[in-house]
Amino acid sequence: MDRRQFLKASTASLAAHGVTRPWVAAYAQAEPIRVGVLAPLTGVVAAGGREMVEGTQFYFDSISNQIAGRKVELLVEDDASNPDTALQKARKLVEQNNAHFLIGNLLANTGLAVANYVKENGTPYFIPIIAADDLTQRARIKNVIRVAGYSASAFTHPLGDYAYKKLGYKRIATISQDYSFGHEQCGGLCQVFTESGGEIVQQFWHPLNTADFSPYIGEISNLKIDALFMMENGADATRLIQQFASFGLKGQLPVISAMNSTDQSVIRTLGAECEGIVSAAHFAEGSDNPVTQKFVVDYTAKYGKIPSLFGFSMYSGSMWVSQAIEKLGGKVEDRDALITTVLGIELTNSPLGKAIKLDSYGNPIYDVAVRKVTKRPDGKLWNVPIDIYANVSQFWSYDPKTYMQQPTYSRSFQGIKKA
Amino acid sequence: MTTLGQATPSPPAISSGSRGRMLFVLSLLFAALAVLPLGLSRYQLGLATEMLIYGTLAMSIDILAGFAGRTSLAHGAIFGVSAYVVVYVISTLNLSPVLAIALGVSAATLLAALFALIAVRTSGVYFLLITLALGMIIWGICLRWTDVTGGENGLRGDLRVGILRDPRAFYWITLAVSGLLSLAMWRLVRSPFGLTLRGIRDSESRMRSLGYNVQAHLFVGFVVSGFFAGAAGVLYAFFNSFVSPTTVALAQSVQGLLMAITGGIGTLFGSFIGSAAILTLQNVVSSYTERWQTALGLTFILVMIFAPHGLVGLLRSVLPSQALRAGQ
Repeated sequence: MDRRQFLKASTASLAAHGVTRPWVAAYAQAEPIRVGVLAPLTGVVAAGGREMVEGTQFYFDSISNQIAGRKVELLVEDDASNPDTALQKARKLVEQNNAHFLIGNLLANTGLAVANYVKENGTPYFIPIIAADDLTQRARIKNVIRVAGYSASAFTHPLGDYAYKKLGYKRIATISQDYSFGHEQCGGLCQVFTESGGEIVQQFWHPLNTADFSPYIGEISNLKIDALFMMENGADATRLIQQFASFGLKGQLPVISAMNSTDQSVIRTLGAECEGIVSAAHFAEGSDNPVTQKFVVDYTAKYGKIPSLFGFSMYSGSMWVSQAIEKLGGKVEDRDALITTVLGIELTNSPLGKAIKLDSYGNPIYDVAVRKVTKRPDGKLWNVPIDIYANVSQFWSYDPKTYMQQPTYSRSFQGIKKA
Repeated sequence: MTTLGQATPSPPAISSGSRGRMLFVLSLLFAALAVLPLGLSRYQLGLATEMLIYGTLAMSIDILAGFAGRTSLAHGAIFGVSAYVVVYVISTLNLSPVLAIALGVSAATLLAALFALIAVRTSGVYFLLITLALGMIIWGICLRWTDVTGGENGLRGDLRVGILRDPRAFYWITLAVSGLLSLAMWRLVRSPFGLTLRGIRDSESRMRSLGYNVQAHLFVGFVVSGFFAGAAGVLYAFFNSFVSPTTVALAQSVQGLLMAITGGIGTLFGSFIGSAAILTLQNVVSSYTERWQTALGLTFILVMIFAPHGLVGLLRSVLPSQALRAGQ
């Protein structure tokens, strides 16, 4: 068969199939939906990055890698926990691999770098993990949307309220990692706690990767305070919680914390020393909601560990975007429509087990659970909800415009109300 | 490290003929690079732009490492400070890009002068350690001086405005600037001043006894090399519209040095080959495996074993043509 004959024959057979089964032909012609996943697979936060990829794959596997009849192609790139690399990889995914949209990144600096890049070319970029407040507040970019994510201070606002009103703490100290994610979470707590009437006795800031917390713990134990707030990520969280316990302070001084300090990624490596720590978050793996429990059981069965924030967020974020694409009939190429649809989706079947939607700034409104680290019958630790704040906005009870007039939380601005 | 310097074959005397050939080869190469955008995708063009920028940085390191026998680990910091100044001046102070470029390069040059004052007294491993420490200080400042540098998050802005938005135009501008800079560097190392630097590399004591002020020469060499690193930093700032502490981190200096070594220390133009090789590896290998850093490490080991004089050295040994030799 020469080429001319081959062409004739194949055109004829294609045409025949097209006539008899037009819908198949239509789908077969559609290109796959290319999802650009950016995750830190190497570098300081590589463990979290791997869970991000797991969460994403877990979701797309559950829908057999098909949205609206189009195949889904996952293009995973390593951002190496480094903003310059993240930027390079984002360029590659968009310009070389023609990804229809980007999703992922863990560290705020990598997310901010990619956000600045997509601002110029309009590629939709979804950030289920990046918590930098300003991305959905003062420096909003239209095509950057925090599906299934949270802004850093969004959950510490209610925690500040809970600490003062329900736990009855009047004087607390804070210890936090000295970078913007720490400043923002800590600031959210301080502002609401002091405006309710509480007092921040002292604030400790330590560099990332502090090996020895004894100087801080020594000072903390001399303060006359009702509780300690800690905002720690990763290995710092593990070390501080362990050292706090080995100094004999556990049980003497109650601890409240940012959600990431008692995330599964931290507490699955710890024992009894983290029991009883109270934090606030949208996701609580120990919730008795049947939908949440099914997700936790399935995820544990597949990956051999209880899902962390990273797995949960990427799973739910992928689900959010996929539902929007489904609603668009698979037309992922229309960026404006995709962004508008994502913003309008009310996600009903996420592992949270209740409907969530985005505010007009592209940040989700959640029922925030106040959670306590509790031991399960099998000896594993998890976060169990003990109270709920319904429909929490990233602006808490403030008017968004007034709120955004105050500066971003930083080391020098913690929103502390002067007595 | 003097050993690196000594390993370099001493350049042949320059006859007017070889210089003519050299210029011919270079202009051919330049013309080839100039038509490159017509055949490349947007992403590949971005990568090519990055190769030119990093090549310029690696070349500035090569001035010291290859010709003065001083291996600097502070050039990433000098490069990054210039990028920081440019982004800060444009996006925070809202001043004109021209002023930003001037301030960026001056900041880098001043910083290099400061570093040089401290570092030129030493050589060998001590020089390496002092420049390493100085670079780390800059990194620490960028990380902690949050009000100005944005801390961990870095600084962002819309630097690519007007014609700079077009990737082709930006590539051509980068090509022109890095072409001019590298010609200037090439001219510098061939000047009597450059020869003095080589003399210092080969024997400091002999140069001293011949009456040369060794430290003054090294000082000027360091400052000039810092100027070039700063100019590369300006290009980088415009390329990325973004700068963060990783840009001034030790890894940046090390990467620049590795590019110079991979291309061939003391070959100047080898820096571009090194930068192209490393960036290609990074971007190709990382799409296939998350162990791309391991692959990169193994490649460096292989280069060290089989091409100790870098890729240019390897090329020279397999095709000993006059043209390549003139590329010295």
